[in-house]
Amino acid sequence: MDKKYIVSPNPHIHANVSTTSIMRDVIIALCPAILVSVLAYGWAELLVLAVSVLSCVLLEWAVTRWMMKRPSTVGDLSAVVTGLLLAMNLPSAIPLWIVFIGAFVAICVAKLPFGGIGQNVFNPAITGRVFLLVSFPAQMTNWNPTPGFVALPDAISGATPLSALKEALKSGSTIPQFMEANGYDLASFLWDAGASAGEISAGALLLGFVYLLIRRVVKPWIPVAVLGTMAIISAIFSGINPEVYTGVQFNLLTGGAMLGALFMATDYVTSPMSTLGGVIYGIGIGVIAMMIRYFGSYPEGMSFAILLMNCTVPLLNMWFHQKKYGRA
Amino acid sequence: MGKLTFSMGGVHPHDSKFSRACAIEELPLPQTVYVSMAQHLGAPAKPLVAPGDKVVVGQVIAEPGGFISAFVHSPVSGTVKAVAPRKDLAGNPVMHVEIAVEGDEWDPAIDRSQDLVTAIPDDKAAILDKIKAAGVVGLGGATFPTHVKLSPPPGKVAECLILNGAECEPFLTSDFRIMVERPKEIVVGAAIMQKVLGGCPCVIGIEENKPEAIASMSAAVAELGYPGIQVQVLKKRYPQGGEKQLIDAVMHRQVKSGGLPIDVGAVVQNVATSLAVYEAVQKNKPLITNVLTITGDQIPVSQQHNYLFRIGIPLSYIVEHAGGIPDSAAKLISGGPMMGKAISNLDATTVKGSSSVLYLSEAATRRQPETNCIRCGKCADACPMGLEPFLLNRLYKVGDLDALEQNAAQDCIECGCCLYSCPAHIPLLDQIRQAKGQVMGVIRARAAAAKAAAEAAKAAAEAK
Amino acid sequence: MTQTFIWTVAILTVLGLLLALILFWVARKFKVEEDPRIDEVEKVMPGANCGGCGFAGCRAFADAAVKAPNLDNQYCPVGGDEVMQKVASILGFTVAAKAPQVAVVRCNGTCEARPRTNEYDGAESCRVKAALYSGDTGCAFGCLGCGDCVAACQFGALSMDPATGLPVVDEDKCTACGACAKACPKHIIELRLKGPRGMREFVSCMNKDKGPAAKKACANACIGCGLCAKTCTHDAITVTDNVAYIDFNKCKLCRECEAVCPTGAIHGVNFPKELDKEAVKKRIADRKAKAAEAAKAAEEKKEVANG
Repeated sequence: MDKKYIVSPNPHIHANVSTTSIMRDVIIALCPAILVSVLAYGWAELLVLAVSVLSCVLLEWAVTRWMMKRPSTVGDLSAVVTGLLLAMNLPSAIPLWIVFIGAFVAICVAKLPFGGIGQNVFNPAITGRVFLLVSFPAQMTNWNPTPGFVALPDAISGATPLSALKEALKSGSTIPQFMEANGYDLASFLWDAGASAGEISAGALLLGFVYLLIRRVVKPWIPVAVLGTMAIISAIFSGINPEVYTGVQFNLLTGGAMLGALFMATDYVTSPMSTLGGVIYGIGIGVIAMMIRYFGSYPEGMSFAILLMNCTVPLLNMWFHQKKYGRA
Repeated sequence: MGKLTFSMGGVHPHDSKFSRACAIEELPLPQTVYVSMAQHLGAPAKPLVAPGDKVVVGQVIAEPGGFISAFVHSPVSGTVKAVAPRKDLAGNPVMHVEIAVEGDEWDPAIDRSQDLVTAIPDDKAAILDKIKAAGVVGLGGATFPTHVKLSPPPGKVAECLILNGAECEPFLTSDFRIMVERPKEIVVGAAIMQKVLGGCPCVIGIEENKPEAIASMSAAVAELGYPGIQVQVLKKRYPQGGEKQLIDAVMHRQVKSGGLPIDVGAVVQNVATSLAVYEAVQKNKPLITNVLTITGDQIPVSQQHNYLFRIGIPLSYIVEHAGGIPDSAAKLISGGPMMGKAISNLDATTVKGSSSVLYLSEAATRRQPETNCIRCGKCADACPMGLEPFLLNRLYKVGDLDALEQNAAQDCIECGCCLYSCPAHIPLLDQIRQAKGQVMGVIRARAAAAKAAAEAAKAAAEAK
Repeated sequence: MTQTFIWTVAILTVLGLLLALILFWVARKFKVEEDPRIDEVEKVMPGANCGGCGFAGCRAFADAAVKAPNLDNQYCPVGGDEVMQKVASILGFTVAAKAPQVAVVRCNGTCEARPRTNEYDGAESCRVKAALYSGDTGCAFGCLGCGDCVAACQFGALSMDPATGLPVVDEDKCTACGACAKACPKHIIELRLKGPRGMREFVSCMNKDKGPAAKKACANACIGCGLCAKTCTHDAITVTDNVAYIDFNKCKLCRECEAVCPTGAIHGVNFPKELDKEAVKKRIADRKAKAAEAAKAAEEKKEVANG
C-alpha cells in the first residue's frame, strides 16, 4: 500500500459529540433566560454578562498558557458557561470590578488549581458567587433593578422576594400578609421573580432545560430530585404552619432554585455519575436548601446546598454504581 | 409482540446501509488462494495437505487442532503450492495453505443444484457430524465452532434458539442480502438446528430498519410451516446483535458474568450460520463461501457490492475487482465500523468470518485529540453491560487489578460504545481491553491454581 | 465570659488527655511484633519502591531478606553491591559482588531506516498497539515507539528520541531495575552487563524474519547472515531464528563482529576510539590467512607423516 492508511482499534466511528458541543448546547439552553434578563435589566445586565464571560475566558487562557504551560482549554467553551452562570447569579447593579473578582475565584481558585475542566470538586460559578456573597454582602444584595429595555409588569425594588420575606417575618408580619402586600401570584413567579438575572423567569430556564433534555445533554433525575424534595418539604412545613413557612410555589420559583437545580446541580463534573447517586445528591441539595431557607440566616440556600453536596460526590460515586448486566 | 430491545446502554449510530440494494454477485476466482488455518475461535487447524497435492473444491485440507477447532476445506480446485506462515490482517504470521487455482472442479458429493431440500434428517448425531465435518463456525463475528455450540453440556437444556438477523453494525448488508435473497434456506437451517437442540422454539430477531428482510423472512416462515419458528422485530440499537444483548432483548434473561448463553437456556446463531448449516446438512456443501459487503461512507453506490466469495481469496484481489481503493478512503476495515478490525495488510486473505471491506474517510474515522474527562457519564450510559468505562480506565491507569475485577472489567464485550460516545475522545476501550485481558489472566490463574489444589487434595486423599 | 473561656479550655484538655490514653492503649494492645532488623534493612534500602528486585517494595524486600536463609535469591538492582553489602552486614550474611547492569534497547529501526507502512491512530500505548497488530512498519519485532518504557521508568533514565523514534537510555540514571524490560510488549529492552568502563557490544535488532524480508522492512535489521558468529573467536555469538545474539558473559569486546556486520545491526558503545572497520577487517583477513596457512602446513605435515 503506497498510501499510509490509518490503523486503530475499534470503534472506527464517533458520535460527533465533544466537550465543546456539549458546552455549546448549555450556552444555547441558557439563552432564553439571558434574553429575558437583558430585556428586564438593560445595558447594566449586558455589561455584567460581558465582563463575567470575558474575565473567565481571559483568565482561563492566561493561566493555562502562562502558568500551567499547557494548551489552552478556552476552546471547549466551559469558561464561557462558567462566566454566564456566574453573571446570572449576580444582581445587575453590581460594580463590575466585583464581577471580575467573582470570575477570578471561579476560574483561578475553584477550577484550574484542581487541574482544569473535569477535575474540580466544586462548581466554579457557585464558588465564585458564594465568595462574593460572603465578601461583599452589601453589593451582592443590592437588588435595585437597573432600567431595562422593556418595563416589567411589577418590578420589585430593593430585595429579592426571599430576603424581603425574611425582613417581613422579622418585623412580625405573616406570610399571607406579605404575599398580599407584595402581590405575588403564579403568573408573576413564572415571568418575574424579580431578582438576579437567572431568577427572573423560571419559564425561560425550563425552556432551556427542555432543550438540554432533548439534546440528551443532561438527564432529568437531579433537578427532579432537588425540586421534588424542596416541594415536599415546603408542602409539609407550610401545611403545618402557613403563617411562618412559605409554600411550594414560592420556594420553587424564587431564590435561584430553578437556576440551581436545572443548571448548577446538573454540572457534570461536580455531580455523581450514577442515577441513584444523582437522586441522593439532589435530595441532599433540596433538604439543605430548605433548611437554610427556613431556619438559617441567609435568605436563600441553593448555592450553599450545592457546594456542600459537591463535597459528597466522590463518596456517592464510590458507593453507588450503575446496574450491571447479569449481576444482582 | 411489539418491538423488543435490550435493557441497558447502547448507542444509535447512523445505519449507513448504502449497499442494501446491491444484489449478491458471485466473485470470480483469482489465480491463487491462501487458506488460513486460524479461521475460527480456538486451536488452529492442522494442515493435511503438502505442496504438490491436487485438491478439488470442498476437499478437506485441514483437521481440527483441538476440541474447539474446525475442519478447513479447499475453496478451489488446483495444486497446493505451499503450506507456510503468512501475515494475517494484523500482520502476525499464521499458517496458510496456498493453492494455485486450476479450473473449478467440485467434490461430486456436493449438491450444487438450487433446489430447496426441506425434509430434515432424523438422526441428530448425524446432523451434528455433518455440521462438524463441513467446518461450520459462527459467522456473526466470533467464529465459534457451531457443532460445539449446538451440543449443550449435560444438564443444560436449550429453551430457545435465537437466530441473529439484527446486523446492528452500520454499513454491513451481507446478512440483510441473504435474508432477502435466500430466506427459505435460512429457515430450513433454523429448523435443522431446532431439531438438534431438541425441538425448542426459534426466534429470528431482525432490526426494524430492514423491512424487506422482515417481510421475506416472515413469508418464508409462513410458507415452510415449520413449528415454533417466528420472526421478531427488534428496535434499531447497537449492539443489538451482541449475543448477551440479543438474549436480553428476546428472552428478557441475562447471562451471568463468566457464564454461557446455554446457562439461561439460549443458543444464538447468526442467519449466515443458519445458511451454512443448511448447505452443510442438506447439500453436503462445506463452509467455503460467504457473503461480504464492500462499502464505505464516501464512495458511490456503483462501487459498492455484496459479493459471494470463496473463503481464501486475498483481500487485495477483492478490492481490485471492486474497482480499487477509492481516493477518499483513509482507513480500511474488515468488519463493521464499531467492532471491525482495521486492515494494515491488504495481502491478508479472507476467512470464514469475513463480512466486509469497509472504506472510511478521514473525516469519519480520524480520532480527535484526547481531552480531560468531564465526568459526563455518557460512557456509562452507553455501556450495554452496565459497566463504568471512565472508572475502569482510571483503575487500569493505576494498575489496580482487584478493583478492576470488582468493577467487572472482565465483562466488557468490546463493543466500542464507550469510546464512540465519549465527548473527551478518551481511548476508553483501548485501555479497558488491556484491563480485561489482565483481569482474565488473573481469573484464569486463580482457576488453574484452585484446580491444581483440588487435584492435589484428591490425590492425597486417594493416597490414604 | 471568663467562665466560658475556662470551660472551653478545661473540656478540650480533658478530651485531649482521654484520647491520648485511648490511642496509647490501642497502640499497645494491637502492636504487631516485628523483627526489628526489618526496619534496619529498610533504612539502608534506596527507598524507591520500584519493584526491580521482584518484591512489592523496599519493605517487602527487607521482610523477605530477614526471613531468608541467605541472600542468594535477592538482589537490589538499584542499590547495587553497596546496598547489598550493608544488608548482608546487618543480617550477618555474605554476598558476592555482582557486576552492574544497564538497560539496552535492542532495536535500531530509526524513522529513516524503517519506513512507516501505515498510520497508527489508537491510544498512545505500546501495549495497546501490540495487542492490535504487528505495528506501523514492516517489522513485526521492532520498537513501537509509544513510550511505555519511558512511562515505566521511575528514575527518568529513558526518553524518546524524536529524531529516531526510539527510546534512549541515560546510563547514569539507569538502575537496571528492569521495569522498562517488563513494560515493553516486544521485549526489546534487555538488562545487560554494563561492561568495563561501560563498554559493551550488542545486537540492536530482534527481527526474526528471513534476511530479505527483514532487510525490506528495515535497513538496519539483523538479517541473520551469521557473519558475526563465524568471525567471533570467543564463541559468544549465536544465530537463532534469523537473528544474532551476543552472550555478554563470553564477549571480549574485540569489536570484530561489529566491523563485519553488513547492516550495522551490531552496536558497540562507550569505546574510547571510533571503530576502524577496515583495520579490523584486515586483521580478521590476516588471521584467517594465517589459519589457512597453518591448516595447509598441518595438512602437508600429515601427508608427509603418512607418506
